[in-house]
Amino acid sequence: MDAVLDNLPLYWQGFRTTLTLTLLSAVFALILGTILGAFRVSPIPSLRAFGLAYVELVRNTPLTAVFFFAVFVMPRLGVVLDFYITAVVALSVYTAAFVCEAVRSGVNSVGVGQAEAARSIGLTFSQTLRTVILPQAFRTVIPPLINIFIALTKNTSIAGAFFVGELFNVGRRLANDRGDAVLWVLAGVAVFYLFITIPAGLLAGYVERKVAFAR
Amino acid sequence: MSAVLYDEPGPQARRRILFGSVVGGVVLAAGLLWLILKLASEGIFDSDRWDVFSDAVVWESFGRAWWATVRAAGVAGILALLMAVVLAVWRMAKNPVLRIPGTIVVELLRGMPLLILILFLLLGFGLTSFRALVLGLTLYNGAIIAEILRAGINSLPAGQSEAAYAIGLTRGQTLRTILLPQAVRRMLPSIVSQLVVLLKDTSLGFIVAYVELLRTARLNADFYGSRYIFSFFFIAAGLYIMTNFAVSRVAVWLERRGTTKAAGRAPVLVKPDANI
Repeated sequence: MDAVLDNLPLYWQGFRTTLTLTLLSAVFALILGTILGAFRVSPIPSLRAFGLAYVELVRNTPLTAVFFFAVFVMPRLGVVLDFYITAVVALSVYTAAFVCEAVRSGVNSVGVGQAEAARSIGLTFSQTLRTVILPQAFRTVIPPLINIFIALTKNTSIAGAFFVGELFNVGRRLANDRGDAVLWVLAGVAVFYLFITIPAGLLAGYVERKVAFAR
Repeated sequence: MSAVLYDEPGPQARRRILFGSVVGGVVLAAGLLWLILKLASEGIFDSDRWDVFSDAVVWESFGRAWWATVRAAGVAGILALLMAVVLAVWRMAKNPVLRIPGTIVVELLRGMPLLILILFLLLGFGLTSFRALVLGLTLYNGAIIAEILRAGINSLPAGQSEAAYAIGLTRGQTLRTILLPQAVRRMLPSIVSQLVVLLKDTSLGFIVAYVELLRTARLNADFYGSRYIFSFFFIAAGLYIMTNFAVSRVAVWLERRGTTKAAGRAPVLVKPDANI
């Protein structure tokens, strides 16, 4: 127990890094994922194909492999970045594929009649999208998005194994230092993660009930 | 799929789409070309980066690594499915004294990063890296699949369990013979995509020094020289992608088949994007 209490500042530092890593990656993943999602529902075949290829490729690649590429292979190709920035890039690129799928299925979940009705009263494509489809799709997309970002929070732990000083990294270092209190040290790390993921999970459930509407 | 948003295009719109498609295609092709040229200028396509693959030992090491990955995923997958049934039944127990601990266990296992769980087993309980990896994957995915099963059971019409109780089946019998078989069939696509996630997560073995595909790529790069690292990574990632893609296809096939056969109606995908 005292192994945790003595090192609280270290934990706090790791927790902050985990939090900023999650938030930054979430923002970039949201932007990239929404663009890719728009590609996937667009009328232009080449963009659709690109979106599909990206999603299939990334979804079938383990996140560890993405990190491996970013940390060990990219420097050999002349791209040398700070480990923290590398982690944000890897996490964003990976998570964007899942955001894209959530956006696409959100758009597809809006009834065909909605778009048809919008067109029949003379709205243009962009008007249909902006005033009819997206406001409805948004509600369907929110709960899966929260779940994706919970998964992202847990995935930041992989960054810890690739030289970013976040919670997992702190835990592993402390566990090596304090061989006598490994279970306490790791339980401390787990509690900090649960601190983020369990409230977020409850929020997801609440939002899901709140925005649910009969179709 | 895309027909939701727009009508069948007329001649003018078709011309515009063709134009956009060509422009988009050219931009994407240019980006790809730039990437390839950039890689080429770093010497990625030179024969001295790939000559190591004429050595059969390298291929053997990747074969062993692929098998190590698939073995860990296979063992963990089977155990996770068994564990999921146990956890789901535990969580749905009628008696709150039983149910509440079950809920806590499931939420704890789901809320923790898998990597922490594996580290617990590796350092805290002193398991070997293979055992820590397999057990970690089992616990984590067992909890997630348990939630999928629970969602499946909840999505069944109430008449199913009411009818079972009415003919005198006990709660356990109802779960075992009526509810679970239907829930499993309904949720099969979700379960299989979670198994793909499990397969992907075996790559965490890299971090705990289990010699799977990525670890092999790294070890080979250490042994043969780091100029080969792109080549080794390319092979390792390719094997991962091909294996996952094959399993994903099974999920799609099950989904299609499910819509016509399983339980007489379309399978319900609860939180389709939660599998990450």
